[in-house]
Order: sequence, then C-alpha cells, then structure tokens
Amino acid sequence: MSKELIRLRNIRMAFDDEVVLNDLNLYINDKEFLTLLGPSGCGKTTTLRIIGGFTTPVSGDVLFDGVRINDVPPYRRQINTVFQKYALFPHLSVFENVAFGLRMPKVEEQKDANGKVISRRKVKLSEKEIQDRVMEMLETVSLKGFENRKPDALSGGQQQRVAIARALVNRPKVLLLDEPLGALDLKLRKDMQLELKKIQQQVGITFIYVTHDQEEALTMSDTIVVMDKGCIQQIGTPEDIYNEPKNAFVADFIGESNIIDGVMVRDKLVKMYGKEFPCLDGGFAENEPVDVVIRPEDIDIVPVDQGQLVGTVTSVTFKGMQYDIIVDFRGFKWLIQTTDHSPVGARIGVKIDPDGFHIMKKSQYSGMFGDYSSYSDEYDELSDAEALDEDEGAEEERREEGYAE
Amino acid sequence: MKKNGILSRLFLGLVFLFLYAPIFVLIVFSFNDSKSNAVWGGFTLDWYVQLLSNRTVLGALQTTLLVSVLATLIATVVGTAAAIGFSSMKRRSRNLFLTVNNIPLTNADIITGVSMMLLFVFAGQVLADFSGWLNSQEWAVNANLWFDFSFNLGFITLLIAHITFDIPYVIVSVLPKLRQLDPNLAEAALDLGATRWTAFRKVVLPELMPGIVNGLLIAFTMSIDDFVISYFTAGSQVSTLSMVVYSMVRRRVSPEINALSTLMFMAVLILLVIINLRQARQDARRKRQGLRP
Repeated sequence: MSKELIRLRNIRMAFDDEVVLNDLNLYINDKEFLTLLGPSGCGKTTTLRIIGGFTTPVSGDVLFDGVRINDVPPYRRQINTVFQKYALFPHLSVFENVAFGLRMPKVEEQKDANGKVISRRKVKLSEKEIQDRVMEMLETVSLKGFENRKPDALSGGQQQRVAIARALVNRPKVLLLDEPLGALDLKLRKDMQLELKKIQQQVGITFIYVTHDQEEALTMSDTIVVMDKGCIQQIGTPEDIYNEPKNAFVADFIGESNIIDGVMVRDKLVKMYGKEFPCLDGGFAENEPVDVVIRPEDIDIVPVDQGQLVGTVTSVTFKGMQYDIIVDFRGFKWLIQTTDHSPVGARIGVKIDPDGFHIMKKSQYSGMFGDYSSYSDEYDELSDAEALDEDEGAEEERREEGYAE
Repeated sequence: MKKNGILSRLFLGLVFLFLYAPIFVLIVFSFNDSKSNAVWGGFTLDWYVQLLSNRTVLGALQTTLLVSVLATLIATVVGTAAAIGFSSMKRRSRNLFLTVNNIPLTNADIITGVSMMLLFVFAGQVLADFSGWLNSQEWAVNANLWFDFSFNLGFITLLIAHITFDIPYVIVSVLPKLRQLDPNLAEAALDLGATRWTAFRKVVLPELMPGIVNGLLIAFTMSIDDFVISYFTAGSQVSTLSMVVYSMVRRRVSPEINALSTLMFMAVLILLVIINLRQARQDARRKRQGLRP
C-alpha cells in the first residue's frame, strides 16, 4: 500500500498557448485507488492521458517504478485503460475484444547483470492459454455466456464490463479509468461503483480514476486529487477532503458548503457577523482574515432567543431524507439541511458546535463560492450532469475537432 | 388529392419513359434478327455471338478490364491514405484540400481529358529532349550509353488518367467513415499492446472497410464506362470498349453495337445496384445502433 509506483514531476502541458497543466506534481502508490476529481477542463483527463502515454507533456518527467517513461509508447507500458465511451472494437466479438491484448506479441527482454539488454524475442501466448484467461476474466466481470456477441448487442453496463475485462486480462500494474460510468444511468452507476471497488481489491492493482462526480470519488477512492485550472488543489483521503478542505474551491466542489468571510481572533476563536464563535482550529495569525466553512448538516435550528445567529427562511425544498432550507443572514444566504420543517418567512435561530466550523486561509477562490443566493441554479448536480458531455478537457475537444463535421 | 396522385404518377411515368425508352429500344434491337434498326425480324442471339468473335471488341474488353481493375486498386489505396491524411488535418487546411478534391468530381470530363492529354504530350516532349541532351553528353557517348525516356500516349497514360479521376471518388466515400470512427479505438488498440501499424490494420481498417469497398465499386464503375477522358489519353494504339463503340458507330450502326452497349449497360447497372444495396444496408445497421446517419 505504501510503495510508490508512479510519479509525475513538474509536469507542464499546453495546447497551442493554452496551459492545461501547470507544474503538476503527484505520486501514486502501488495498489491504491486514486481519483482525479475536478470540473471539466481542469486537466484531469490530460493527466490520465499522460500516464497512459497518449500525450507527451511539454516538460517534466513521468516516472514508473523509478524509470522515466516519457517517451515509452502506450503499447510498451504496463498500464491499461478503460475509455470514456469504452472504445470496444465493433467488428470483434466479446471474446475477441477481451483476447485482443493477449494476441499481441510481447517482447521479452533478457538482461545481463548490469541491466543491459542482451537479447529480445517475441513471445506469443498459446491459444489454450488465451482461451483460459479470457474465460476467467469474463467470469470475473459476470459476462460468461456473452463471449460470442458483438458489442452492439450488449447493454451499456455490459459493454462497460467488457471494457474492464479487456483491460484487466493483460494483468497491468495500473488501470486507468476515464469517467467510465458517465454513460450509465444512476442505479447502474451506483452498482458499478461498488463492483469496481470490489474488482480493484480482488486483482490488487492500482486504479487511477477520473471523474467530475464528487460522490463517486468519495465512495470509491483511497486517495482523492482535487484539480482545477490545471493545478492540484488538494490531495487526501475522502475524509480529509470532506472535513478539512484546503480552500473555497474544494469546500464547494466536495459536498455542500456555506463559506463565510471571517476573522481569526486568536486560536480557537473566530469572528463573523461581528460575533465571536468558539471553534477547534488554530495556527493562524491574530486577526487574520479567513474563510469559514460550515457544512449544511452541522447547523442546528433552535428557537430565536437561543440562537447564535438569527435569520429568515426564504425557501424550503423537500429532499426525502431531509429538508433543504435557505436562510437569509443579513443578505448572505445559507443552506441548512434539517429533518425539521420550518415555513418560508419564519425567523429562526441557529446554533453551530465548535467542531462544525472549518477555518481556511484566504485563497484565489475566496468570495467565489459558498453563497446560496442563486440556490436553484447552483445547487443540484444538474450543472455537473450537463457538463458531462463537454467534460472531455480541452485536449479532447481539440482531438475531436479533427473529426467533427 | 387523388387527381393530383394520378397526374403526378403520369408525369413520373413520362420522365421514366424519356429516360429509359432509348435504352429499352437498344436492348430490344440487340436481339433483332435483321440488319435494320427499324424493322423487327425475329429473335436472335447472333449479334452477341458475332461480338464474341470480334477481335477488336475482345481486345478492347481486355484493355478496359485491365485499366479499370488496376486503376481502381491503385486509386483505392491512394485515396484511402489521402482520406486518412485529410481527417487528421486541422479544420482549415482540411476544408481547403477537400475543395480541391471535389473540383475534379464536378469538372467537365472533356476538360479533364484534354488537359491530361496536353500534360502527357508536354511531359513526353520534355523527356524526349532530356534524353537527347543526355545522349549528346561526352560521358554518355564514351560509355556507349543510349537513353530514351520519351513516351507516347498509350496504355500507361490511360492508366494514369483513370487513377487520377478515380481517386476523388474513393476519398469522398472513405471520409464519412473516418468521421464516424471513434478516435479512442486506435488508442485502445495501442493501449492493449498493438503497434501503430497493427492498430491500423486490426482496428481502424476493418471500421473503414465498408467505405473503402463502396469507393472501390464507384471508382470501378466510373472507370469501366468512361469515354471522354479515355478518348483523349489512350493514343492511337489502345482502345477501350466505349472507344470501340464510338468508332463502330462512325462507320455504320451495326446491331453488334446494340449487343455491346447492352452488355456494358447491364454491367454498370449491376454494379450500381450492388453499391446502393450496400449503402442501404449500412444505413439500416447504423439506425439500429441508434447512431446518426
């Protein structure tokens, strides 16, 4: 779990004059499930394509097991990819799709004691071994009995499994997945999330997963890398990322957040709306301006006379498990998630426990997120779902330009 | 509404009558047991038999088939490669090349034919002059060498002309297939251990195949029934079938011509039917897959 497998060092990528990745540094451990998470055009797909060998960075090093692989073509990397639209070979059966990689001759190198290559020979697998490995893999992804079908005779979920089987049958050290669940419906997506995680633990290799869906990232990952504008914003476990976001962008992108301007009076005491609140954070300068993050579920609604702050309810939405309430606190609107109903127009008090505050240093994103004034536009993953079609990164668009009509 | 229906059907019938009546008469009289093209003298296959023992016609048939097959094959390879090149270009330069590609498709055959003839004659003259210059050089004389690069209009120029006018048709049929191609397919093959060449051969080429075969068939049809361009570029020694028909008509209209024309018409008709059936089948399959046509 702790051995480093891939390292990206000072990676810079640009198309024409547009910078896509800016001095990216990242290491990926063996056998970990790492997710690159970010909005469209943040550079996550480009990062994946650099690891896969489909794109060469302008500058910087890609290291695999300590060896620089910038110039190694994709077909000589121990890395396989599950593509966004699966890219199954339409003219081949499921069996032949999965067997494709196994049928490619592998070059076996013999090295002398100094690690110098003394001979190369091409090795081909026997038909029997190919048969065994393909059938075993089809069983792993529960597709036994479908081996003679053509890809267009399969459902989206089944095609997805073929794509996974086709990649994994080569026993790669790393599997790259580029928004593989994007084309599936919600229910199937949830099932596949769990199944992917199961498969990853079963085969015991590194998965690098690209998505713009924060929930998917939180469910599956060991490590999440949040990206925006070609830069890594935060790296951490799902818990770290959710509980201790580094800046307003991360806080807003992962889950729902109210982000309020505040001043750190001293350690464990933050001031906002002219009032002082006890919190658990420290390590800031005295009276340093900060961003205060309060998650909607950490806010308790109390009678007005007991409230730390008092505001007016401006909208209530029933969400099944809870109500989403928008409350106006002196012109700044908060989202509160609660199981208790409050009518629109009611004046309510709120109370926040000290562990409900998360204090962040000011960043370039300060003031851009965390206000729910335009609630209906911003909330819901609707904006994300629409972004899906366009979410191929700048480079993808560029490549597609060549094919567009 | 119904009246309109009858009128429009009548109109359609007239259009088809004007279009196909000449060919119908031609086919009927190719079976006519009389030298006349006006009087029906009973059914016979004699003209077909005579045709098959006519040396000129058989020679022309051989030339036509050889030129068409060779030109089609070469144009298919070149055209496919060109289409792949076009599709990976930036949009602006691609559109430019496509326009250049489409001009010969709409250009009058006679202009293509005359310009090619001029080019071949000019090139032949330049090469003849060059050979003469080489032969006058001292070292060539000393080494007892004799050069002759000159050429006349003939089979080779005919073949080059056919390849040239076939290529745009292949490009036009392969390009749509390239547009439909998932750009990730080739990458997926690379990812699975295929070299670029293997990826092209095993994944990209099978996907392009329907377009390539369509292009091949269209090019073959164009080659086999071409007259104008062949007439200008074949020279005096070589003749294609359509050229033979033309020269026979100039002497006198023999029912043999009817037979020959009927056969050529049928060959082209069959090819066109095959092309259209293939196209319809491909469209149906794409519709089944829910893809845009």
